[in-house]
Amino acid sequence: MAKAESELGWKDLEIGSIVAEPGSAAQYKTGDWKTQRPVLDESKCNKCGLCYIFCPEGCIKQKADGYYEIDLSYCKGCGICAMECPKDAITMVAEEE
Amino acid sequence: MMADKIAFGKRLVTKEEYFSSGHRACVGCAEALAVRLACKALGPNVIIVNATGCMEVVSSQFPYTAWSVPWIHTLFENTAAVASGVEAGLKTMKRKGRWPGQEPQVVAMAGDGGTSDIGLQALSGALERGHDFLYICFDNEAYMNTGVQRSSATPFGAATTTSPAGKESIGQVTWKKNMPAIAAAHDIPYVATACPSYPFDLMDKVAKGVATPGPAYVHILSVCPTGWRCAPELAVEIGRLAVQTGIFPLYEIEGGQYKLNVKLSKLKPVTEYLKLQGRFGHLSEATIKEIQDRVDREYAKLMEKATAVAGSS
Ligand SMILES: Cc1ncc(C[n+]2csc(CCOP(=O)(O)OP(=O)(O)O)c2C)c(N)n1
Ligand code: SF4
Ligand SMILES: [Mg+2]
Repeated sequence: MAKAESELGWKDLEIGSIVAEPGSAAQYKTGDWKTQRPVLDESKCNKCGLCYIFCPEGCIKQKADGYYEIDLSYCKGCGICAMECPKDAITMVAEEE
Repeated sequence: MMADKIAFGKRLVTKEEYFSSGHRACVGCAEALAVRLACKALGPNVIIVNATGCMEVVSSQFPYTAWSVPWIHTLFENTAAVASGVEAGLKTMKRKGRWPGQEPQVVAMAGDGGTSDIGLQALSGALERGHDFLYICFDNEAYMNTGVQRSSATPFGAATTTSPAGKESIGQVTWKKNMPAIAAAHDIPYVATACPSYPFDLMDKVAKGVATPGPAYVHILSVCPTGWRCAPELAVEIGRLAVQTGIFPLYEIEGGQYKLNVKLSKLKPVTEYLKLQGRFGHLSEATIKEIQDRVDREYAKLMEKATAVAGSS
C-alpha cells in the first residue's frame, strides 16, 4: 500500500507525477474525523445488508458468516447505517478521547 | 452464493469497491454514495472522465487516488468533449486491430454546475454526434466544492451563498433547470433519473445506460448535507422524500417513451422534504404553497407522458 502522507518524499513520486496505484487513497484513514461511532448488535441483525449498501465510505464489509462489520478506521460517523437499519441493530455512541 | 457478490433478493451486488474508502467527501455525503454505487454497476472495464467538482477533489488528493479504474480529470467545459475523444480513439484502435478483447466503456461524470451550466455545450455536442458513452450528472443542486454557490439546478427558494435568503429575497428565484428533458430533446436512446436512496434502481439504470449503444444520460439527485444544511444521517431519507413528494420523480425515457419507476398513489406534502433542510428554513407558507403547486403541476405532466406510454404498449 502507498506510503502515508507524512512519510512521502519527492523521490516517491512517479516520473511525470503519474498516480500508478489504484485505490491508494485507502492509506488515508478518515476514521479520526468522527465524533460518534456505530455499534452493531448482531443479535438484532437480519443480514439485510442495507447498512452495507448505504455507506458512503464503503467501509462496511460482509463477514464469512453473512453478518456485517464496520471498519472504524474509515467510518466518518455519519450515522446513515444506524438510521437506515430496519432492525435498529446499529446505535451511534459518542466517540470519547 | 458467489463469494465476490452479495445477494439482495434476486440481485447480486459486487463486493468490489472501485471508489475506495479514504476518499475525503464530507460526513454523510450522498454524492460519494452515488459514485460508489454507480461504480459497482459499471464494473472494472470503464474509463471515467470526471469534471472538476467535489467528487474529483475528494478522490484525487495527489499523489493518491480513490479510483480503481482508469480515470481522467477534465475541465468543466470539456468533459463530454474529452469523453467523445476517448470513445472515438477506442473505436479507431479497435478498427485497426490495436485493441485486443473487449474495449472499455466510456463514462463521463460531472456535477450539476459542470453539467447544466458550464459543460452544457460540450455535452449537447457529444449527445448530438451520437458517441457511445454514458454521461452521469451528480446533482447536489449547487456548486458545492467552492462553497455552495447557486447553479441553474438549484431549486426555487433554496438559500445558497449567491442566492442568499433575507428581507429582500426568498433565496433562489428561478426554477430548477430540467436537465433530463434537455438531454432527452437530443433524441438519445436512454435518459433516466436516479437517487442513491433507491440504490438498486440507481445501479440498474447505470448498468442499462452504459450498455446502451449510443449516448445515454443518467441524472442522479445527490443529497449534500454540507450545502443543504441537513443532518448527515438523514442524507438517504431526504433523497427518498425528494422522490416521495414528487419533487424528484424517478423515471426513464427510452426511445422517447417515458416510464415511471417509482409509482406513488399519493404524493407526500413538499414540507416533509423542505423542513429537514436549513437551505429552505426561511420559506414562508406562501412560497411553500408556490412550490407545492409547481410540483403538483410538473408531476401531473410527467404522469401524462408516462401514461401515454402505458396506454400504447
Ligand atoms: C471554469 C471554472 N470555473 C470555476 C471553477 C471553480 N470550481 C471548482 S469546483 C466548482 C464547483 C462545482 O460544482 P458542481 O459541478 O455542481 O459539482 P459539485 O462540487 O457540486 O459536486 C467550481 C465553481 C473551475 N474549476 N473552472
Ligand atoms: S460539499 Fe456536499 S457534495 Fe461535496 S463532498 Fe461535501 S457533502 Fe459531498
Ligand atoms: Mg453541484
